[in-house]
Amino acid sequence: MNELVIAGRTLRSRLLLGTGGFPSQELMSEAIAASGTELVTVALRRVDPAARGSLVEVLDRAGVSLLPNTAGCHTARDAVMTAQLAREAFETDWIKLEVIGDEDTLLPDAPELLRAAEELVDDGFVVLPYTTDDPVLARRLADLGCAAVMPLGSPIGSGMGIRNPYNIALIREAVELPVVLDAGIGTASDAALAMELGCDAVMAASAIARAQDPVAMALAMRHGVEAGRLARGAGRIPRRRYATASSSDVGLAELT
Amino acid sequence: MILLNGERADLAGGETVLAALARLGLEADARGVAVAVDGEVVPRGRWESFTLGEDARVEVLTASQGG
Repeated sequence: MNELVIAGRTLRSRLLLGTGGFPSQELMSEAIAASGTELVTVALRRVDPAARGSLVEVLDRAGVSLLPNTAGCHTARDAVMTAQLAREAFETDWIKLEVIGDEDTLLPDAPELLRAAEELVDDGFVVLPYTTDDPVLARRLADLGCAAVMPLGSPIGSGMGIRNPYNIALIREAVELPVVLDAGIGTASDAALAMELGCDAVMAASAIARAQDPVAMALAMRHGVEAGRLARGAGRIPRRRYATASSSDVGLAELT
Repeated sequence: MILLNGERADLAGGETVLAALARLGLEADARGVAVAVDGEVVPRGRWESFTLGEDARVEVLTASQGG
């Protein structure tokens, strides 16, 4: 109940972290520690012989597992190929599947996403697709055998939070898989809202990496996720149009 | 002409993937590295034996910070 299970793997932290955008690897490592995350995403890019230090080794020392992504892929073919290369490089079957359909919004390309998801599931991958906040698409991805769904709150890196909380709640009802709110998180209250809506976890990247103080924001996100999760379980009061006094009128003094 | 990560490489047809990796300062036991040649994955176990064609396009990839 208190632990998140994805594809048979138990995760104690319900916060996933993106490694992109940090001003330095030192700050990234500190933010990872502050966040308590166990799973961080990495992209696959050409080896730069001039680059200092190996990211894989830094993340190894941080004690976290890698979740490679297919960021930058625009077709199912590229995404599948990237996933296969990531499996070779990092010896993991897990893949955060992104297939981008538009450069300005970085919104997913639904038909290509479904095609890639099907192919990767058939190839034995644990597929975590980055998807729109569309409950029908989420169900289609679940039907294909994905291990979780990762709907966006708003466009990647926009920090606009959850633009359609109603749809996120519908996705929660539509699939029995873990729902990981991905993209658009701007601050800790957005993460809390995601959890209150019934998400099982939150993925944050830019919101932490590009904050003025990434380490403090990582800690804030961690508490936001925990607070939202607790609130969801606690059962919030219904919203009412008018006030309901919390102090009784019984025994009220007559003072004038 | 062989392209290594998009740039013309000092490599000739018949050389191996391992030779291409050496041009980037990488050895056979490099961690977190994957190779594609002409759009196909070359598994680590074949780096030493896989020979490049005259016009091979070699991509050598690794982890990079990303969301």
